[in-house]
Amino acid sequence: MIPVAVMNTLQVVILVLVAAGAMVVVRTKVRVRQVLALSAYGVLLAILFFVFQAPDVTLSELTVGAVALPIILLLAIAKVRKPEQ
Amino acid sequence: MTPRQRAWFFAVAAAGLVACYLWAFTGLPGFGNYPGPYGQEILRRAVGETHATGVVSTVNFLYRGFDTVGEEFILFAAAAGMSVLLRKLRAERETGPADEADSRTIPATSSAVRIPALLLVGPTVVIGWWLASHAQTNPSGGFQGGVILATAFILVYLSGEFFTFRKLSPVVLVDAVEALGAGGFAAVGLAAVVMNLPFLYNYLPLGQFPGAISSSGTIALISFFVGLEVAAAFVLIVGELLEQTLLRSA
Repeated sequence: MIPVAVMNTLQVVILVLVAAGAMVVVRTKVRVRQVLALSAYGVLLAILFFVFQAPDVTLSELTVGAVALPIILLLAIAKVRKPEQ
Repeated sequence: MTPRQRAWFFAVAAAGLVACYLWAFTGLPGFGNYPGPYGQEILRRAVGETHATGVVSTVNFLYRGFDTVGEEFILFAAAAGMSVLLRKLRAERETGPADEADSRTIPATSSAVRIPALLLVGPTVVIGWWLASHAQTNPSGGFQGGVILATAFILVYLSGEFFTFRKLSPVVLVDAVEALGAGGFAAVGLAAVVMNLPFLYNYLPLGQFPGAISSSGTIALISFFVGLEVAAAFVLIVGELLEQTLLRSA
């Protein structure tokens, strides 16, 4: 029988931060700012995976969530943006 | 439906959702309590079977290697589809917005962006290669390494050198590298079938001791090919998008 583990403070803190970060991303109305918020949210998620002892997933999340996805979104926004917006 | 009725409808549905959600929570195993048999079994035998200490990579490239081949080709198909969609047709002419001032020029990249971007290119390439080539020993792998390698090219662009970016990554070359990566992974797996072994069977020598760079047989090789594929796919996607965004050929 494996003893039931208890969450430590760091894990609780990062879970709360990720929940708050998701709210910030959803509530941000300006698209470019929203992408930057999403990138920061990606970093938060990466920290979450690290705190929960999944360093492989941390690296994937950092590279894709915090870097690659925002770049692609920014380029797409730049392409479809109306002038003076 | 009036707004009032809609609000009631929402309230009932939300209450039901919350009730079901809480009910589902009561049936979850305790925090950190893993009830499945596979995790324990893999932890028990993975290092001895493969001489790779990066067990996550072992799972990705060996035990569930078949799924990873599929994921590999999803990315391959996405990048290929993108370059087909965004290709320039022979008769295509792009023009700027009608209300754009003729004299509008793109501001030059500031030194505050240029210099850090250029300084980071070298370290980024090293970290990317290191990650792609150490899947068998560390928490890393071809996927993460590949994306980081691709960001080295993006840094070249950020330093204000779009044409250097294009010169460093001609589409024909990037396409070839992507195909080599995807095909290499499949070929490593199919070679086992030719030898009358199961697809993706680890047929290479495992190396003398677990944790060495040269250990792990096919895992390191597959990670290398995945790194090539992922790096090329991301360079291709970003390159195509940049071209669409920046270049309006007259």
